[in-house]
Amino acid sequence: MQSQPTYNYKVVRQFAVMTVVWGIVGMLVGVIIAAQLIWPELNAVEWLGYGRLRPLHTNAVIFAFGGCALFATSYYSAQRTCHTPLFAPALAAFTFWGWQAVIVLAAVTLPLGYTSGKEYAELEWPIDILITVVWVSYAIVFFGTLVKRKTSHIYVSNWFFGGYILTVAILHLVNSAASPVSFWPMKSYSAYAGVQDAMVQWWYGHNAVGFFLTAGFLGIMYYFVPKQAGRPIYSYRLSVVHFWALIFTYMWAGPHHLHYTALPDWTQSLGMIFSLILLAPSWGGMINGIMTLSGAWHKLRDDPILKFLITSLSFYGMSTFEGPMMSIKTVNALSHYTDWTIGHVHSGALGWVAMVSIGAIYYLIPRLFGKAEMYSVRLINTHFWIATIGIVLYIAAMWIAGVMQGLMWRDFNVDGTLKYSFIESVKATYPFYTIRLLGGVLFLAGMLLMAYNVWKTMASGKAVDALVLAPAAQHA
Amino acid sequence: MSDFVGGFWSAYVALLTLISVVACGVFLWMQGRAKHSAGKTMGHVWDEDLEEFNNPMPNWWRWLFYITVFYSLGYLVVYPGLGSYKGTFGWSSAGEYNTELAEGEATYGKIFKAYLQQDLQTVAGDEKARQMGERLFVNYCAQCHGANAKGSPGYPNLTDADWKWGGDPATIKTTIMDGRNGIMPPFAHLGPEVIKDLANYVRSLSGLPADAARVARGKESFVTAGCVACHGADAKGNVAMGAPNLTDKIWLFGSSEQIIVDTITKGRNQIMPAHKDFLGEAKVHLLAAYVWGLSNKPAAAAGK
Repeated sequence: MQSQPTYNYKVVRQFAVMTVVWGIVGMLVGVIIAAQLIWPELNAVEWLGYGRLRPLHTNAVIFAFGGCALFATSYYSAQRTCHTPLFAPALAAFTFWGWQAVIVLAAVTLPLGYTSGKEYAELEWPIDILITVVWVSYAIVFFGTLVKRKTSHIYVSNWFFGGYILTVAILHLVNSAASPVSFWPMKSYSAYAGVQDAMVQWWYGHNAVGFFLTAGFLGIMYYFVPKQAGRPIYSYRLSVVHFWALIFTYMWAGPHHLHYTALPDWTQSLGMIFSLILLAPSWGGMINGIMTLSGAWHKLRDDPILKFLITSLSFYGMSTFEGPMMSIKTVNALSHYTDWTIGHVHSGALGWVAMVSIGAIYYLIPRLFGKAEMYSVRLINTHFWIATIGIVLYIAAMWIAGVMQGLMWRDFNVDGTLKYSFIESVKATYPFYTIRLLGGVLFLAGMLLMAYNVWKTMASGKAVDALVLAPAAQHA
Repeated sequence: MSDFVGGFWSAYVALLTLISVVACGVFLWMQGRAKHSAGKTMGHVWDEDLEEFNNPMPNWWRWLFYITVFYSLGYLVVYPGLGSYKGTFGWSSAGEYNTELAEGEATYGKIFKAYLQQDLQTVAGDEKARQMGERLFVNYCAQCHGANAKGSPGYPNLTDADWKWGGDPATIKTTIMDGRNGIMPPFAHLGPEVIKDLANYVRSLSGLPADAARVARGKESFVTAGCVACHGADAKGNVAMGAPNLTDKIWLFGSSEQIIVDTITKGRNQIMPAHKDFLGEAKVHLLAAYVWGLSNKPAAAAGK
């Protein structure tokens, strides 16, 4: 019998727990396909072959693991920074079950071979419609919460969450536009043809990185880093400039995925220059996060959650430097189609996205289950080191493999014929595939530790919903 | 290269691009002029303790931002990027490709052309030419025929004496130059029983175990269904149309009854692409000599 209203933590709890579950599933699939590249005989059955599992891996880690992390953290931080419970709680509950349904449908249909063939948007049209319904509901819940906020200003994490929700809706609708052919078997044809289809696809693909995996997770960063550090955000002005510059320039960067293709030269050039302009806006987020810790660096020593958060920002800074470099045509001529790209993606996906999510979930779980801290802080620390070593092995192996492949593919004999056949570059990559698998296994092992730690914390606590706070009196 | 069909969209996109790049710089400049007070907060508090300092943007960061904006404007002057404007360097990806191709031809073309004057069997006996042919083979042919040229299901083994289209040097060269399209039409209309009979008969031709009754019926159907038109009355095939010899124990797709039934029921459409325009005759000449040499003893080598 509570007279005072409480925050809606139920949906946050649900998404937080599923973040861990889907993280393990998605990364396990990643480990399996990494092993299939070393031992091709593991492609035993068609629906568990590399070609079907690879999109399942990407969808599971981006949209199931990353998506659940974003739902959990945005719902949690939006209500707390708006000092009001979530708007439309029934709709919020629907977003949870709807999103889980999308994930389960993906996990069934992708191995069965149903795919629209669009990278990171493989799901066929009936599932695309469900995604749209869930996403619009998410937008209503999120922006509804902002509308009924009790503070005059909107906190910076909500700008990023808002930007990501709005843009992902547009990206999804435009890129998935297709003419359905049949409901079962699910089949549709893209609304675009030829190079335009490729351009729309990579406009989507790169902005999925820019808005889903960057803006959304910067929203996480802007709430959880200052909270865990107990320090104010370093610079409000930097937040303003890098927010607007980031969401504006990301939109133009997609063509760098199509360098030296049938895409017109002018489009390729725009993709390249806006990718370069994007460097500073991206780094703005890293600076703001890391400098928030200035004056409290000692906290890094014994707070493993902060280690996760700050290390994630370091990887973020590194991959957002690497990205613009790879968008330069001359560099791209070497890196494109090699495993360097895979290394780049994973320094962002494991180093930035996964680590900031893991840090935020470790922050959330005790608060959602009425505990002062996680069951074992030491295990968080162990998780941190296992994960970090795993990432370093992974990306270093892929960097070396990628540069090696690029150099082998462009090496000539005295008569102008290619020095190496493709298969020779594959053979030369084997040792690095093995190191990559080891890195992936370590990262997955860290997630299993996390699951155990979360389980023990939940088992000894009970679900609590915190009371809604009155906003602090505003001075100035 | 640009794909603008008229001047309007080119001008539109060029203007939009320029405004957007410049706007990044102007926005940064304006925000850089905003008042700040280092070490003091903005005065807003969320969720008990979330605050923001009113620190200025780091100078090095602002300059990094400015440099990328200015670099981009410079890039747009010299490289194509503003609609159909070609840039002062006159660079295009197609132009770069053609230049490199011409340079490659100038540097390496004569190496290959030197062999064009020699007949294929002589080339096949030249060790240096054989090595060049092998390098060409692993890059352009190995995808289907395998690095060891022994083929894979559907793709012929090039190291044996069996040739679908003929194995003399000139024919091999024609095959590589112009490609081949071997079509076996589907015979589903015969019905599963007749097809099974035929499959058993075909197996028996190579001495494989087969149902005797079916073999007898299949032998008749082989004639009445029209198989003889391409494979011949003796089932030894016809190189003029790429119809394989069915009696030589060499199987392109496999010898199991099921696979043969599939072949007869659904037919086969075998495509070897043409390499004339892609590689040019000089390289094909070397390749043909190399492939011929895989199953023949070249004259020069034999003399040693």
